[in-house]
Amino acid sequence: MLAVVTVAIVLQRHLFGVVVLTTIYSFLMASVLIVLDAVDVAMTEASVGAGISTVILLATLHLISTTEMRSFRTKVLPLVVAIGTGALLVWGTLALPPFGTADAIIHKHVGPRYLSDTIKETGVPNAVTSVLADYRGYDTLGETTVIFTAGIGVMLLLRGMRRRGRTEEGGDGQ
Amino acid sequence: MATLIDLAQHYNYIVTIFLMMAGLYIVIARGNMVKKLIGLSIFQTSVYLLYIEPGKIIGGTAPIIDPAFSVYSNPLPHVLILTAIVVGVATLALGLALVVRINEAYGTVEEEEIVEKDRDV
Repeated sequence: MLAVVTVAIVLQRHLFGVVVLTTIYSFLMASVLIVLDAVDVAMTEASVGAGISTVILLATLHLISTTEMRSFRTKVLPLVVAIGTGALLVWGTLALPPFGTADAIIHKHVGPRYLSDTIKETGVPNAVTSVLADYRGYDTLGETTVIFTAGIGVMLLLRGMRRRGRTEEGGDGQ
Repeated sequence: MATLIDLAQHYNYIVTIFLMMAGLYIVIARGNMVKKLIGLSIFQTSVYLLYIEPGKIIGGTAPIIDPAFSVYSNPLPHVLILTAIVVGVATLALGLALVVRINEAYGTVEEEEIVEKDRDV
């Protein structure tokens, strides 16, 4: 189903439709994540991916034209590149342990330690929260830095536009 | 036969990689910049799946400690992807701001029209 929506996104040329499909895609992704036991990630994906992304995409579409031009370029090369890379990656994943097995390498690393010691060391029953805020707190600090920088970037880019818009309006008045 | 069983056990990865390649295809083949950014975010979400999938244990539950359960999925990929989602939205916002600026400067967000206008100048 996720794959069907993705194909629709590729084919849809009207950008408003694309945005709506992207939202549907995000919600489907969130449901898949719940099935995969990643409830925290699913919650974030539903609110951030389906919520905030949609809002900023729609805000952008409000500022620019909403139909996509028909491209004259050849589509063969991108298709070949995508299929080639995909085949290579599928071949690579065959070496991974089968889906859902408990004795995979990933479950022998730090994961079990987080799970067994989280109550004793942090007092938080949700292991995702304790790892995010305690064990890997510096990651979260870095994440906030990235968001802060992106926020500054967006503000600088859009503030300049608003100022120019005002001068143009002033020029029309005279 | 062995290969078929192998493929069935890695079915989830194959779907993930299909999504990934759809994103890659949009990024390369489409000239519209908003569409390119959407392709990029599809690629990104497929990477989320790629990380979360190995952490799942069949029969396990979400990693919230409770005496009623003993098998949990691995919490570490969840944390990493939580960070990645938020960073992904930040980059999407920055990219869209750039698109709006490009639209203001060139009057279009189509790559080919922009290249043409540059050539005229």
